Amino acid sequence: MALEMLLSLLLKALLQTLQMVAIAGVIGTVIGLPLGVFLATSGRGELFAAPSVNRVAGLIINAARSTPFIILVVAIIPLTRLITGTSIGTTAAIVPLTLATVPFVARLVEASIREVDKGLIEAARAMGATPLQIVTKVLLAEARPSIIMALTMTLVSLIGYSAMVGAVGGGGLGDLGIRYGYQRFMPDVMLAVVVVLILLVQAIQSAGDGLARRFDRRSRKT
Amino acid sequence: MTNSPISARAADGLQPLALSSAPSDRVAMVAFEGVTKHFEGANGQPGFTALGGIDFSVARGAITGIIGRSGAGKSTLIRLVNGLEVPTAGHVLVDGVDVATLEDTDLRALRRSVGMIFQHFNLLSSRTVYDNVALPLEIAGLDKAAIAARVRPLLDLVGLSDKERRYPAELSGGQKQRVGIARALATEPKLLLSDEATSALDPETTQSILELLRNINRDLGLTVLLITHEMEVVKTIASDVAVIDRGLIVEEGRTFDVFTAPRHETTRSLLSGLSGAKLPDAIARKLKPLPEPGDRVLVRLSFFGATAEQPLISKLMTGLGSDVNIIAGTIDEIAGEPYGSLVISYAATPDIVARADRFYAETGLATEVLGYGA
Repeated sequence: MALEMLLSLLLKALLQTLQMVAIAGVIGTVIGLPLGVFLATSGRGELFAAPSVNRVAGLIINAARSTPFIILVVAIIPLTRLITGTSIGTTAAIVPLTLATVPFVARLVEASIREVDKGLIEAARAMGATPLQIVTKVLLAEARPSIIMALTMTLVSLIGYSAMVGAVGGGGLGDLGIRYGYQRFMPDVMLAVVVVLILLVQAIQSAGDGLARRFDRRSRKT
Repeated sequence: MTNSPISARAADGLQPLALSSAPSDRVAMVAFEGVTKHFEGANGQPGFTALGGIDFSVARGAITGIIGRSGAGKSTLIRLVNGLEVPTAGHVLVDGVDVATLEDTDLRALRRSVGMIFQHFNLLSSRTVYDNVALPLEIAGLDKAAIAARVRPLLDLVGLSDKERRYPAELSGGQKQRVGIARALATEPKLLLSDEATSALDPETTQSILELLRNINRDLGLTVLLITHEMEVVKTIASDVAVIDRGLIVEEGRTFDVFTAPRHETTRSLLSGLSGAKLPDAIARKLKPLPEPGDRVLVRLSFFGATAEQPLISKLMTGLGSDVNIIAGTIDEIAGEPYGSLVISYAATPDIVARADRFYAETGLATEVLGYGA
């Protein structure tokens, strides 16, 4: 394949991937982060104790997380059509991607929040903090490095998921690799796709690591 | 508490605390009235009773220590004071107000008037020293200028002004507890709760933290209620003490009285090794509970108050008409009062023992027979 054509295909696919990952990542975080905080604080005897709601939410999240992504994509086509007006294309692909991101983020954020020392919650209560102040000033602040790592992991997983939405014409790098590299026997395209994906994941991971390190004051720095 | 730089400078910024009104010297700072606490077991498991009926009060302006072993219920007891735990029955009154009857808003106001420090400091790792001390003021809704006007003098008070931009991970244990103390004082509380505040510190650091607490108590007129399993802590700073065992207070009173004349078994065992001179092992091992012919009796004499100022030993020797051996001796301080302890021995013959007992009764000397030996 001519280099010029390869580059133009790659660029188009990269932009589609970035679009899907960015939008699904942002919306997924906006919904998943509060959900994760709720999961971590609504158990018996906790800040926003609502054990039965907590259990139901947990069941739904587990169900969503155990559905294979490719099945989720086709299973929610009616919902996708309702939201975007179409069931194919990059925009349509964002719906299942977001839906898969929400429970993923929620569980990771829940784990991050649960790692915060319970003694800090007690100290904040003893200071007269409201439950909301405890969440914003203590839990989210203390869990910040860990949440940044969780969101980095989410973005990397999203890139993997986005390779599957070629099934509904979503485009993106993964789709390019399958259609050209595999189905049309063009190993050079496959190689180029893999290299771009590796670079992309590396960049996201380094940025996330760096950001998390900047906010992490838990150990002594020289 | 008028002349301290802290209360003088920061009195303006703070919102009025709903419950800090009506301070009456007659009302105890904290009063427990028939308090019990039972924890339900989760998932059908049997629960347990942490407190079995506590009647106890904490005097205004004093440093009161509650001492007991782990599991005795002291953590539960101190958490009732600021409503972190709710009693199963009975009432906990802080400055005359029943904590359990307060609505959320009033309870938060009460908590701002009661500072608390912790064994593991519970500082936020993501905040600097300055921001940790500022946290309760942010929670109370003060603006930045008012917060700075409070935090700076507090950091001065605890001796950490040069560390305000540091993070907790960069501090030693003693420094962390100083931050904890500054944070607890930020909202100008009338009562400071100390939950094993020195238990994670080495002896030297413990002393410096206790000294800081004593200064705060004296200079700010702050009432301090502390729980600990270390007799040393109570001995050093508490003017009053209560001994808690299996959810009940088994002995209470002035620290000096309780320590020099413990009545309850738990108090005695907590005190062992602390009160007075320790016998050398070689002698302690050979002690017998009953005398045999030719044995000598070992007696511990305790000197305090009036008995500390008289030449009692030389009088005793003359009175006994027998030689007296000095085995061990020490001079110590309990709650700021000097306390001497001397272990002596003399022949355990009936007439000498009778003369000695008469001498003790006449002089009011506190004694304890440790045992008999050759």
